[in-house]
Amino acid sequence: MNRREFIEIAGTGLLIVATAPLSDAQRGGGAGAGTLETRLHVGEDGFLTILSGKIEEGQGALTELAMAAAEELRVPLDRVRMVMGDTNLTPNDGGTSGSGTTPRTVPLVRRAAAAAHDLLLAAASRQFGVDAARLEVRDGAVQFAGKRYSYGDLARSPELAAAYKDALPAGTVVTPAKDWHLLGKPQVRLDGRDLVTGAHRFPSDIVRPGMLYGRVLRAPAYGATLAGVDLSAAQKMPGVTAVRDGGFVGCAARTTFAVRKALEAVSATAQWNRVEQPSSDDLYVYLKQHAGQQGRPSSQERGSVEKGLAEAQRRLKASYQVAYVQHAPMEPRAAVAEWQDGRLTVWTGTSNPGSVRQQLAETFGVAPDRVRVIVPHFGGGFGGKHTGEAAVEAARLAKEAGRPVAVHWTRAEEFMWAYFRPAALIEVEAGLDAGHSISAWDFTNYNSGASALDPPYRIPNARVRFVGSEAPLRQGSYRVLAATANNFAREAFTDELAEAAGKDPLEFRLAHLDNERIRNVLNAAAERFGWAERRKKRRAGTGIGLACGTEKNSVVAACCEVEVAGGVPRIVEVVQAFECGAILNPANLRAQVEGAIMMGSGPALREEVLFKDGKLTNARFSAYRVPRFRDVPKLEVILLDRKDLEPAGAGETPIIAIAPAIANAVFDATGKRVRSMPMRTLRA
Amino acid sequence: MATIRFTVNGKASSVDTEPERPLLEVLREDLGLTGTKYGCGEGQCGACTVLLDNKATVSCVTPVRAVEGRRIVTIEGLAEGGRLHAVQQAFLDEGAMQCGYCTPGMILQTVALLQLHPKPTDAQVVDGLNGNLCRCAGYHRILAAVGRAAASTGASTGTSTGKGGGQ
Ligand code: FES
Ligand code: FES
Repeated sequence: MNRREFIEIAGTGLLIVATAPLSDAQRGGGAGAGTLETRLHVGEDGFLTILSGKIEEGQGALTELAMAAAEELRVPLDRVRMVMGDTNLTPNDGGTSGSGTTPRTVPLVRRAAAAAHDLLLAAASRQFGVDAARLEVRDGAVQFAGKRYSYGDLARSPELAAAYKDALPAGTVVTPAKDWHLLGKPQVRLDGRDLVTGAHRFPSDIVRPGMLYGRVLRAPAYGATLAGVDLSAAQKMPGVTAVRDGGFVGCAARTTFAVRKALEAVSATAQWNRVEQPSSDDLYVYLKQHAGQQGRPSSQERGSVEKGLAEAQRRLKASYQVAYVQHAPMEPRAAVAEWQDGRLTVWTGTSNPGSVRQQLAETFGVAPDRVRVIVPHFGGGFGGKHTGEAAVEAARLAKEAGRPVAVHWTRAEEFMWAYFRPAALIEVEAGLDAGHSISAWDFTNYNSGASALDPPYRIPNARVRFVGSEAPLRQGSYRVLAATANNFAREAFTDELAEAAGKDPLEFRLAHLDNERIRNVLNAAAERFGWAERRKKRRAGTGIGLACGTEKNSVVAACCEVEVAGGVPRIVEVVQAFECGAILNPANLRAQVEGAIMMGSGPALREEVLFKDGKLTNARFSAYRVPRFRDVPKLEVILLDRKDLEPAGAGETPIIAIAPAIANAVFDATGKRVRSMPMRTLRA
Repeated sequence: MATIRFTVNGKASSVDTEPERPLLEVLREDLGLTGTKYGCGEGQCGACTVLLDNKATVSCVTPVRAVEGRRIVTIEGLAEGGRLHAVQQAFLDEGAMQCGYCTPGMILQTVALLQLHPKPTDAQVVDGLNGNLCRCAGYHRILAAVGRAAASTGASTGTSTGKGGGQ
């Protein structure tokens, strides 16, 4: 094969016809725009293939990137194919997290696509002997005087082959938002058909010839170490591979059923040394006691908090608790590993294919370029799949068994052994001056993180601190990190201050807000909700509340009504306004915002990981109650489109307003302040 | 080991297997029907929903011996000759999926619901679907899709469940 290569991407059945070898595609790097060949392939059939190291987990990146490319290429969306998250094929765009695809990867794709468009125009101009300014690309082709020159023709030109190798031209101009044809209009997801027919292969659906099903022996409690185990019973079972490597014990067999049986036999012989573990009953005391033991506390101060508090007319103080929660994506961790001639290929659901490849290379002592990580569109992550546990486990078992091995975590494993959203203890104190304005603000987050720590309000003396603690559970990222906890405490406490100042919560916030974008979403939500009128009309047993916030260069505000009749409050209605700059795909944005509100209502009302003696006591959906259809309120989402602002990501920030809005509504209904997530004080 | 015979998506199937294996695992591992998903293994999430003699059934807690002689429809059997079932089409048109992992179960549960209640009330929809979890929490889009499907199937075939569904 010379210029043309056929590459089958196993697992998805997709065939790419590329005009240049892809072998060094991964050299693109996350740092810059790279060359055209790392990003885009023009097929002789006129199809355009866009490559990105980002992954799709339901957030809509695939459709968004394809739209961005089609917009700049001036082709219909169905001429664009996407290849994502494959360390052998796609450029390293960094992990998929932090709402980064929209602000960082979309611009790279737009630039590459615009450069290809400019190439086509220039080539056509030479073909036709007409000034490029008089030509335009429509539906993937340039037409002039009855002649036609298309991307397919361009793919055959030596010109393109040369341009492919060059760095992207610096001067490439992308289409401004006001001139978009395709971006900015609602687009249902491009990969939808395979999802509704069941044809799509998620990581847990990948099957390789001769593949076995693997399972790993888990400790009965956190911190427990293996003292001894006898594999012989399992090894006698037909078709079973059982392996021990230090603390790692696992089995592989022809079916999930058989491997379960084998592992049960192994487990029955295992002896463990256990150590004492903290319990969720003492969680917040524990976090405070161990504060400052992890890393150096970070602290920012403007003005003088001490002076501000000393001079305040009124001082208020409160502390807030946010429980550990689990992401519990619908698809638990899964991987298939296959060794061939010292090379390892792994299919898995992770948001970091690059670092999982590195981890595999280090674990097995092979060069990274002998490891390929392929990430099929997977079943949800929410920040919880940055790691590659199942990938390493599958590779270890596959190596031992000499055959491909799939490892599918059970729901119980996903609850107990995946990392958690960190619990938080938040302490806040503030002072009001004679004019009922906030004059001092002292806010400390213990353990959960520094995201959205800074209040968006105008406060002359403010100090915000994040103090790490010794985490009793393994903790990590979760959609928008600590912004949810910090926003919850801040917005709930702001309501307490508004009440102390004798002000309406909306007016009180607006009086302290200079940020025009937050003011806009707050006003938009309040107006649509009918905030002012509903404050006057009271209904027994119900209450209304609002909250706002900003993170990741986007802004959000929510108003809600709750009904409290003992037990867990019921959300009756939510109106949320959101703004993230110029909107790329309103259909997907709406889905993200709606989903974030519903997902966020879970930890606000019920979700809480309970643990004792190193074990979770509610590691299953029947005990760990997540939002269901029965909990769905009337919901209205207002999307403000700011064509004058760069698009920002939107998968995270829409989750931060709902919990404090609920807390404030519960106070309105009951006169009792809610200072915990979930709303423990109200439980029956 | 036992030989269990049943019909899947209109085709006669026979598997030699341990009779207590969950139907979910037999469908996925022996018959290659991976559209049926594992989500919890305790009948709490609906990801593994199939139609068993036309009734929505969680296959993770159904031993395969219980389906001897019965008719099963999985998500792969819903479209007929490349034409999507009205419920599949409605999910697609409404964009009623984010990651899509819950989607097969949601669609089959909706098919069963609309057989029972071709014009369901809001309460019937919530009751019918409450056992199905969507962790992307795209419940509003899904409800819109159910509404759209009810409107479209009401106008045409009503209770079609694709091949093998029977009436
Ligand atoms: S996997 Fe069967 S109900 Fe969850
Ligand atoms: S779409 Fe992801 S679980 Fe429903």
